[in-house]
Amino acid sequence: MISRRRLLSLAGASALLAACGSNTGRGGDGQALKQWYHAYGEPGVQQAVERYAKAYQRTPVDVQWNPGDYDSKLATSLLSDGGPDVFESTPQISAVRAGQLVPLDDVVGDAKNDFSSSILATHTVDGKIYGIPQAVDMQMLFYRKSLFDRAGVRPPTTVDELIDASRRLTRDGVKGLFAGNDGGGAVLGGPALWSVGLDYVRDHQVGFDDPLAATAIGKLRELHTSGSLLLGAVKDWAEPDAFTQGLVAMQWTGLWAVPAVQKALGDDFGVLPFPKLTDSGRPSVPVGAFGAMVNAKSKRIDEAKEFVRWLWIERTDYQEDFNLSYGFHIPPRESIAAKASKLTSGAAADAVKFVRDNAKASNPPDWTQVMRTAFNDAVSRVVRDGAPAGQELRGAAQKARDELKRLYG
Amino acid sequence: MRNGRAFWLFVGPFAVGLLVFVYVPIGWSLLLSFFDARNTVTPTEFVGLRNYVDMLTDGPFLSSLGTFSVFAAFIVPLTFVLALALALLVNQIGFMQSFFRSVFFLPTACSYVVASLVWKLSIFNGVRFGLANTVLGWFGAEPVAWTVSTSPPWYWLVLVTLRLWLQLGFYMILFIAGLQRIPQHLYEAAWIDGARPGWQTLRYITMPQLRTTSVAVLLLLLIAAYQAFDEFYNVLGTDRGYPPFARPPLIYLYYTALGSGGQDFGHGSAGAVILTLLIAGVTLVQGKVITR
Repeated sequence: MISRRRLLSLAGASALLAACGSNTGRGGDGQALKQWYHAYGEPGVQQAVERYAKAYQRTPVDVQWNPGDYDSKLATSLLSDGGPDVFESTPQISAVRAGQLVPLDDVVGDAKNDFSSSILATHTVDGKIYGIPQAVDMQMLFYRKSLFDRAGVRPPTTVDELIDASRRLTRDGVKGLFAGNDGGGAVLGGPALWSVGLDYVRDHQVGFDDPLAATAIGKLRELHTSGSLLLGAVKDWAEPDAFTQGLVAMQWTGLWAVPAVQKALGDDFGVLPFPKLTDSGRPSVPVGAFGAMVNAKSKRIDEAKEFVRWLWIERTDYQEDFNLSYGFHIPPRESIAAKASKLTSGAAADAVKFVRDNAKASNPPDWTQVMRTAFNDAVSRVVRDGAPAGQELRGAAQKARDELKRLYG
Repeated sequence: MRNGRAFWLFVGPFAVGLLVFVYVPIGWSLLLSFFDARNTVTPTEFVGLRNYVDMLTDGPFLSSLGTFSVFAAFIVPLTFVLALALALLVNQIGFMQSFFRSVFFLPTACSYVVASLVWKLSIFNGVRFGLANTVLGWFGAEPVAWTVSTSPPWYWLVLVTLRLWLQLGFYMILFIAGLQRIPQHLYEAAWIDGARPGWQTLRYITMPQLRTTSVAVLLLLLIAAYQAFDEFYNVLGTDRGYPPFARPPLIYLYYTALGSGGQDFGHGSAGAVILTLLIAGVTLVQGKVITR
């Protein structure tokens, strides 16, 4: 979801910004709580969240739907007094340190044990919970069963098998793998680290300052130069078009693509986590969730917290509706996910299993913009330019270390 | 007195707008550049010149400044020469002159975002049915991933052709306006003195007479080159950020100051001030050299 939202915001930034000012909520009388959402792509979500807000009896709530570059708009509004009381986002350590977010541990209360712990961890900073996960999204590898059978290739369980499969599946105008128009550097950087048992950040230390990281990123370079990657597709990795149009045998995309792929290919596809490279690593799927948060500058923090508790803790029926009636998400509450019939078969059931067993935070709270830029630049230079991996990653690790020192001392 | 009131009536709203939306933000940004301003625009921690030192020792920012100095050195003369050539051609023809003028000027009216998407998604997409790849296919060549390949860096071809298409018409119009102000009798006098039409009159009559226009065009081109953002952001940017090559300084600053998890207004502002000083410096030097 995060990825798709960003993609949309990039593609149509200017066109959509013009529409940013439109407040689709009811007329504010100064008494209502302001709640912000980004614009979900699936039809019906906006009506649903407005319906939830209307059903809340204690305080009137104005829902604002924000098309366009939601992240920037939200970040800017949190600097001023005019921001929302309640909003959805993923917590960043910088926002917590700047005192922009209200801790919500008392709001979550006993329900804490019902949330999947890997998801809740992505909303926890310095031991406190700042967001209540609303809907889980994840990325995984889609593969075309019939093309695998024809080429006599088995679903890869290691990175080397993945590269080999990608090579062997490249024939008759079909490429092996599509992992983004940049050749996979941006979306596979994290999974590559996890494939050798490393990470972005671990216990407040740089998680990839290790010679193994160079080996892992080197594999992405090997993939890039194998001639089996699709590059420069019309739609980027977040849309399954290259896969459904038969341009590739495998594509890295997300859970949200399952309905579209099912519609186009029936059951001629399967899903996999990103495989491991060494025995120190494990297969992985990047996972993220938007959470409901409360603005520390709000003048009505208690009312806002009460509303969030009601909507995302008490009304489990709404969480089920929000996750499963419109798009395709996994409910972060395990009790709700367990009884969702939509998630018990096929690719969706596999996805639920991956989230349980192989989840890695795609956007951890202490993986800041500075670190992300340094790491992505390094990976991009290795994968696309063939720069020496060890040297590039050491440079990025140094930057990350400086940033972590600033954050944690 | 009446004149004074009319003056303020007409100028006042613009002056107020300029003050509120341009000068105050510029001043504020200058202020922020001396503070540790993370996730706040009302910072309290004064850090002196530290943000400037950081930016000037920061690899990505310096390398983007370097890249765009090279870019400017390349795109400015190229656009200048092509726009002038186009202006000379269009200015010479007597037949359908305004038609050609309009046709060449039309791309200027096109949105950078729209043009970027056309270039990226339809002309220079990397799959075999993209326009450029279809043409390559006629000659039996393999499809090229135009915006992805870094060796050779084909993305420059995409970005430069896009920029030329969007900008040429505008500068052509400036040159045509300049050309039409050159008195005809100068050329006649030159012919009588034995100058041959063509290179000689261009060198000794047209170019000196176009000096003011040329200076203006060069200035605008230079500023536009350093302020590149739209087409780069839309062609090379992805949902995962921007690749480390062909990254304009403004895009780097945008991610620093406004990126998610970033919001570092201190460093962002310091970078903006450095960029402003650089543009001002280069412009002054250029003005000095040309008008000497």
